[in-house]
Amino acid sequence: MPHMTDERVRAGLAREEDLSLLNEVSMKTAGVSHLEMCIQCGTCGGSCPVAMDMDHTPRMLFAMLRAGMREEVLRSNTPWICVSCYHCVVRCPQEVHIADVMYTLKGMAIKARLFSDSTAPDFSQTFVDMVETFGRSYELGLASRHYLKHFPLRLPGMMPMGFGMITRGRMALTPRRIKHMDQLKAILDCAKELELTS
Amino acid sequence: MSAQKQERIGVYVCHCGSNIAGAVDVVDLANWAAEKLKHQGVIIARDYKFMCSSLGQELIEKDIRELGLTRVVVAACSPHLHEKTFRIAAQNAGLNPYLVELASIREQVSWVHTDKAVATEKSKAVVAGAVSRVIENIPLEEIKVPINPNTLVVGGGIAGIQSALEIANAGFHVYLVEREPSIGGHMAQFDKTFPTLDCSACILTPRMVEAGTHPNITLLTWSEVENVAGYVGNFTVTIRKKARFVKEDLCTGCGICEEKCPKKVIDEVFEAGLGYRKAVYTPFAQAVPRYPVMDKENCTYFIKGTCKACEKFCPTGAIDFEQKDELIHIDVGNIVLATGYDLFDARRVSNYGYGRLANVFTSLEFERLSNAAGPTNGDIVLRDGKTTPTSVGIIHCVGSRDKNFNNYCSVICCMQGLKFAHLVHERTGATVYNFYIDMRTAYKAYDEFYQRVLDEGTLFVRGKVAEVTNAARYEREKGKLIIQVEDTLAGKQRRIPVDMVILSSGLQPRHDAKEVGKLFGISCSTDGWFTEKHPKLDPVATMTEGIYIAGCAQGPKDIPSSVSQGAAASARVLDKILQREVALEPVKASVDQDACSGCRICNGLCPFNAISFLEDRMVTQINPALCQGCGTCVAACPAGAIHGTGFSDEQIIAQIDGLLLRTLAPVGE
Amino acid sequence: MNRYLLYPGCSMDSSAKAYMESLNSILEPLDLTFEEIDDWNCCGATEYLGINLIPAYSLIARNLALAANQKNRHPETGGTRTVVAPCSACYLNLAKADYYMQERPSLGVKVNEALQAGGLQYKPGTLDVRHLIDILVYDVGLEAIRSKVVRPLHGLRVAPYMGCMLPRPDYQHRWSDHEHPTELDDLLRALGVDVVDYPLTTSCCGGHMTQIGPETAFELIRRLVADADERGAVLMATVCPMCQMNIDAYQNEMNHYFGTDYHMPVLFFTQLMGLAFGREPEELGIGVELVSARNALATIGVEVPVTQEPAGPRKKSEGLPMPRRWTRHEGKETVK
Repeated sequence: MPHMTDERVRAGLAREEDLSLLNEVSMKTAGVSHLEMCIQCGTCGGSCPVAMDMDHTPRMLFAMLRAGMREEVLRSNTPWICVSCYHCVVRCPQEVHIADVMYTLKGMAIKARLFSDSTAPDFSQTFVDMVETFGRSYELGLASRHYLKHFPLRLPGMMPMGFGMITRGRMALTPRRIKHMDQLKAILDCAKELELTS
Repeated sequence: MSAQKQERIGVYVCHCGSNIAGAVDVVDLANWAAEKLKHQGVIIARDYKFMCSSLGQELIEKDIRELGLTRVVVAACSPHLHEKTFRIAAQNAGLNPYLVELASIREQVSWVHTDKAVATEKSKAVVAGAVSRVIENIPLEEIKVPINPNTLVVGGGIAGIQSALEIANAGFHVYLVEREPSIGGHMAQFDKTFPTLDCSACILTPRMVEAGTHPNITLLTWSEVENVAGYVGNFTVTIRKKARFVKEDLCTGCGICEEKCPKKVIDEVFEAGLGYRKAVYTPFAQAVPRYPVMDKENCTYFIKGTCKACEKFCPTGAIDFEQKDELIHIDVGNIVLATGYDLFDARRVSNYGYGRLANVFTSLEFERLSNAAGPTNGDIVLRDGKTTPTSVGIIHCVGSRDKNFNNYCSVICCMQGLKFAHLVHERTGATVYNFYIDMRTAYKAYDEFYQRVLDEGTLFVRGKVAEVTNAARYEREKGKLIIQVEDTLAGKQRRIPVDMVILSSGLQPRHDAKEVGKLFGISCSTDGWFTEKHPKLDPVATMTEGIYIAGCAQGPKDIPSSVSQGAAASARVLDKILQREVALEPVKASVDQDACSGCRICNGLCPFNAISFLEDRMVTQINPALCQGCGTCVAACPAGAIHGTGFSDEQIIAQIDGLLLRTLAPVGE
Repeated sequence: MNRYLLYPGCSMDSSAKAYMESLNSILEPLDLTFEEIDDWNCCGATEYLGINLIPAYSLIARNLALAANQKNRHPETGGTRTVVAPCSACYLNLAKADYYMQERPSLGVKVNEALQAGGLQYKPGTLDVRHLIDILVYDVGLEAIRSKVVRPLHGLRVAPYMGCMLPRPDYQHRWSDHEHPTELDDLLRALGVDVVDYPLTTSCCGGHMTQIGPETAFELIRRLVADADERGAVLMATVCPMCQMNIDAYQNEMNHYFGTDYHMPVLFFTQLMGLAFGREPEELGIGVELVSARNALATIGVEVPVTQEPAGPRKKSEGLPMPRRWTRHEGKETVK
């Protein structure tokens, strides 16, 4: 993933610090985030199994949140790399809901259109589209749509696997649909309204 | 509701700087009291910047003398803080001190309200309540009882030893009770002490010997306090002296029994599980007293009925398998609790692997490992007992500053971690890493020690270690313990392979601190440490008169602080002893024996055992020396036959009327 | 008879159908009745939460509301308030929604407002959300499981892989430990399995990273497989469809990426239970894994019949049905 250029960093620092950011992220997070309690000990960054692929460790991201570096935070690939393994969450000495903060940051980045690589947001969106259409996830549809868009060159390599899955009956060729799609749709429509007003 | 005889009352409103005046209109309050409470007898109401200052007190004293005040209300802070101050002022001016009431308009008003108008109105109600109540107060006299000059010190660690020695040297008798077979506490287990690297045993053992041989100290080891009754100056304490199965008068401490005992047991206490002892043992060479104890659970004779090797070989016939626990009753005037701490159980931090990964050690294990008298004679080696590590990681804050375990900072771990770094470096030449969140080296010569360890080449990594694992990812990690951590200053995750990991575990309250606190009638903080009377100004006294605390029982601390507290507690004890008698608060319950129906409902309720029942007259009686004035029996008595002085029904009802402003003069009067 | 409500989750009838088959095979011997929640929907996995908070929790809560309605359908057996989820991700989402709706009441109110639009409601705390292995270890008990073993799996060296979303964050304190829980080890030992010490038991399998950042996921899979192999395991036992899918289906690609040659089959723990209870491999979905467990099971004399092997990768000229189908449909995509 491309890193921020020096000019951008400088521009970010030249802007006024957005001190509302920390509170905004905290309020948008499910449960009580405890984000303001972070003591920068690095337990999260040390625990993370995928820290090597993140542009900022979670700890550093929290420091940037505090410093009000909105654009840099939302552009970070860190929330998208997070695998939700919750190692950091149970080890955090301050009980910060780290994984849920990552979900919040993803949502904020999508709304602000600030992610620098669309693979992950697109995957999430494709998944959500499937669920909103059928009420269930549909692995074949999901995988094929996603791979075609983002990893067309990987497809030949994937063929034995996909083929194996289908021949072994492990990948349904048609999606399954729930009975009361209308009910689910009504619920989700209402929830989306509420999301906008909250 | 007019008072029957007109009192002459003075009301004094304190600004407490801006503490009260910032949220309450103090001038308005004083004027209001002078005008609206005039009919109750308020003849003067003043406000002043600091009522508790000597000038403020003089103001009250002058009014008592010149205006002939018969009652005083001070509207200021909580009675906890300054009730005594103003009572003494009244006494100086010739007024019975119990005719003074404090109206708390700081803790209960100015500190909890932001709206000045509302706060001022509430202050008026609080003052009106105090004025109505003070009219019903009656003069009381303090009760004086003599103080027993003997002292009980519980816990024979360095804090308890220090405390016992100071009192004994002043010429008073001390009973020093210790649960383990020897005094010495945790300090006896240590190898070196920071920051000067004194040999721990070298500086401790002379004190232990002094305590063991002092004519004014009765040493009771392998003993525990079972019961405490009485009150300051007059405690009666029951101590269980556990059977040692060794006759102390015959034993010479030669050690033959220990040598001949065939049963080897892991020593979980003194050797922290890293070494062995016998079933009959003295925990270490310099133990005081030198008599061994027999561990009944592990002794072959007690398990199988045969063996008695110790008895056969004892040259003085001191072994006694028939010995029983002994209950000893002593009378003391004061008690010092120096019961120490437990080490945090590092197995709870399962990501650090202690108990699962052989070469992860706790701090106490490392103390024994590096101690010349320890299981390896001071060789720092891996758990295989022979390999010298070439790289060692020392992890700070284990179990401390962590909401999953203990919230507080354990104070000693940073310096302890630095000490370990120095010892490892000095004795093995290994590469040493210290992992810390914040380096806390406050106090004299501590930071200089940090500088020294830096200079020796120890590598410091700022970051709380995430995990210690034996799952190697790369060739260079194979066979090692890998410490995974975010180096927060470099902003990168690192995996550092080492041979040995030392966990600088935190300190915890004793597992039974709550029960011990209850036994002595003192409370514990939410963390479990004994609560001091005042965190800054009275750190070794407790809310229970005559009970003092010292050392780690009060909170985590290092050796110099523990010694200081031990000495401070004994100064407080000596102060009490030299007063010869103690004045007890006259706030007591008493039984109107004509009204008592003999139902005995109150009998079992008294927490201080002050109530007894007179079988011949079928009525209840309260011992005023034991009564602490808690009021439990007063509330429980169905016949209303028990009265609490200072809290009579008349006083309480008058105060309620005042608070509801029912006592104000009708308009126009 | 012990009755529970079942939330199977989407993968149980596709990629993890072996899990479902083997699960069904152990219900009767253990006297369990699982009643599927009517018309359940997807839990959103780890994807929905990153898009929209309230819709994500409403999606999950619809299942809770349906289950709560269904909980008293069989009063003659006392009903049940326990929902069993065999998939760790589903378990976590359901449990977390229940917990957060209490921890932050405003979330609970909004989610219920959304549910209302579908004529539903859910009062957090009404149900107990539990994972299958939790039920087996703590309700059924190891003794009862041990008593049903007719073919002890002695000598089968298995790495117990719990995965990450099961023991963490564990707001309900159901597990023995966050890092090294012993439930799976204990259960496998009750079957006679030779359980290897596996320090990575709760490390992550890569989750959705196989889809969005394969290199990242390959490294996580490599760590798991390499350590299990290093410790002499011949197969891994898992409790989660996503873990199974990642390690099984992507193992070849991972090998290709790193130039390694690992062959570490991954079976569901219920498949091993079924074997130990005397069922035959083909009844338990053994054989549909991509990294075949045949050789591993042969070490203890269990023979897996040869299923018809797929003909292997086709030549490029033969065309690839999977992507082509969707190339045609994509333009006509109407649903959004």
